[in-house]
Amino acid sequence: MSERHDNSAAKSAILGKIRRSLASVSEGADPNRNEARQEVQERLASRPKGIVPKRAQVGHYEKVAMFMDYAERVSSTTARIGSYDDLPGAITQYLREHNLPQAIVMGEDPRLKAVNWRTEPQLERTIGPSDGTDLVGVNHAMGGVAETGTAVLASGPDNPTTINFLPENHIIVLDANDIAGDYESIHDQLRDMSGVAHMPRALNMITGPSRSGDIEQKIMLGAHGPRAVHVIVIG
Amino acid sequence: MEIKSRDFKKNASDALADATLQKALKNVEAGFIGKRQASVDALPEFEDLRDLGRDIKTHALKHLDVYLEDYEKKVTASGGHVHWAETAQDACEIVRDICHSVGARTMTKGKSMISEEMQLNAFLEADGMEVTETDLGEYIIQLRGEHPSHIIAPAVHVTKDQVEADFRRAHTNLDPNRNLDDPVTLLGEAREVLREKYFAADVGITGANFLVAESGSSVIVTNEGNGDLTQTLSRVHIVLASIEKVIPTLNDLDVFLRLLARSATGQEQSVYTTLSTGPRRTEDPDGPEEYHVVLLDNGRSEMLGTDFEEMLRCIRCGACINHCPVYHAVGGHAYGWVYPGPMGSVLTPSLVGVDKAGHLPNASTLCGRCESVCPMRIPLPKMLRHWREREYERHLNPTPQRWGLKGWAYFARRPKLYHRTMRIGMRVMKYLAPQTALMRRLPAAGGWTKHREFPAPEGKTFQQMWAEREAERGQTKGDAA
Repeated sequence: MSERHDNSAAKSAILGKIRRSLASVSEGADPNRNEARQEVQERLASRPKGIVPKRAQVGHYEKVAMFMDYAERVSSTTARIGSYDDLPGAITQYLREHNLPQAIVMGEDPRLKAVNWRTEPQLERTIGPSDGTDLVGVNHAMGGVAETGTAVLASGPDNPTTINFLPENHIIVLDANDIAGDYESIHDQLRDMSGVAHMPRALNMITGPSRSGDIEQKIMLGAHGPRAVHVIVIG
Repeated sequence: MEIKSRDFKKNASDALADATLQKALKNVEAGFIGKRQASVDALPEFEDLRDLGRDIKTHALKHLDVYLEDYEKKVTASGGHVHWAETAQDACEIVRDICHSVGARTMTKGKSMISEEMQLNAFLEADGMEVTETDLGEYIIQLRGEHPSHIIAPAVHVTKDQVEADFRRAHTNLDPNRNLDDPVTLLGEAREVLREKYFAADVGITGANFLVAESGSSVIVTNEGNGDLTQTLSRVHIVLASIEKVIPTLNDLDVFLRLLARSATGQEQSVYTTLSTGPRRTEDPDGPEEYHVVLLDNGRSEMLGTDFEEMLRCIRCGACINHCPVYHAVGGHAYGWVYPGPMGSVLTPSLVGVDKAGHLPNASTLCGRCESVCPMRIPLPKMLRHWREREYERHLNPTPQRWGLKGWAYFARRPKLYHRTMRIGMRVMKYLAPQTALMRRLPAAGGWTKHREFPAPEGKTFQQMWAEREAERGQTKGDAA
């Protein structure tokens, strides 16, 4: 792309320096790095799991409770409802309680699309990404992590990334069955049967509303992202 | 940024006399240490995770060439581009060329320490680009024309009143009589100003906390959300990462995610952990059209296989800085380059040369707090000593100091002579301070006695007192028997 910069020459130079430095400490080092390559392939294939905290290794009921507890500790608010039928009512109630207009922006997530929104006719819904003028955005999470109250959202037309960051208020919908104990379980869901990870363009792991401590190290909510995060757990 | 580490002594003196800075620095101890401890105490597995994190990084470094190649393949497969940069200058030129290729004039930036290493902003501004830092702390210091004084809290040296003055000076289109007493109003003002910048930017630059070889993802860990807006709303996303950031798998990432926020800010998890893989897909309604990763070496490959290899495990949490008594006293700017505190005192001589940064390894009491909190278990005091050795070997330290060390070495290698001389010395010192337990002046130690009094010896050496104590204990034991 650049006339001045020869990318493959720079790559060879850097990799060459790395190999020379590493070879200086290992006797009879193989310049082709065949052994190293094999070790790397083995490690990438076996993907050993690290240490999963004990607190994350509990039953479903405890996981859901733990998720909500940790989410609230980081200043998210939470609600739990029985089914998707109750979702429109839960959203309009949240909007009323926070003096917000009955209007949301949301993506094309099939689980949200299937909801009967006519039960709350006053709720105005815009479908698509956020352009920064929306006060409230609604996204469906692909999962939750109980050990830190983290919601995990995947980019795409179903749940546009801009909705996670631009509206001042972010409502995250999460199926209780998708709450895992640990991060590893969520990352496992991204891999296919042969173990290959299929990443969305952006995977957002969100733990509470945006904040900054950059003025005299005092934490303030609502830095550049949402000032409020409300998680509605279904089931 | 220009290297001013040679001026450490003067910088430190100035910092100690700067009342505003001293007030701001109080926030470091108050803001970080207790919170880290509380979050560590709440996770019983934390110490084991530190061992594991160390081992994963060590493995990744031993296979760094292979992981970088695998990582590049995955990025390319996801539609992204990887650019290799041997030097900071090369990396600057690569970024500039990407900007030219898309006709970019404006840029937003999330926090990136290697962009400081590259002096990227100055380079791009000279090329006519408008660059806006979007992290609140980085934005504040950009307005002030300063550099970060801390790797995770770049404006920790600035007080709220200074921020207010800076905002009034910079945001001239706003009502001059507006009330900015509450820090929250300052945050709100920055939010409004920067919102427009995200939408206007052609190119968004972020750093990377990790690069995952398994998936070809770059990972940023933040609290404000500015990095995400920067990379989501720009047409082109450029990731700046140094080569040692690559880790094997997503499972390994999870180990580091449990260590990073706790060690840094004492949060159990940072607000936003984002894994980015390639540019916008065909069906995507948002996200950047181009995704570039610039891999910067800038001297790191030559640290492998040396006494300083372990420094490459650093995940830039800032815990060593937050716990360093020298940093608490003088702040980050005194260190004179990008990386302050213990990690900076080890890394700076590695990257710019010990001849330019020799004061830094000496700016430590070797108290060991840094190593005790480092999530990657980097033996920082040991490496500071290695730098002192190199400095001595290369005759870089001043002659009186070299003579002093030589003199001490002469005695230290002759224990009997050493003890005899020490005994005489202790008696002399007691004689010099007969009336009080403190000495106001001490030959050849003016640097100490200028600021505080030296506790006077009681006339005996430690070895003598120890021998006496042991003899006494032997006596008592004998009596009891």
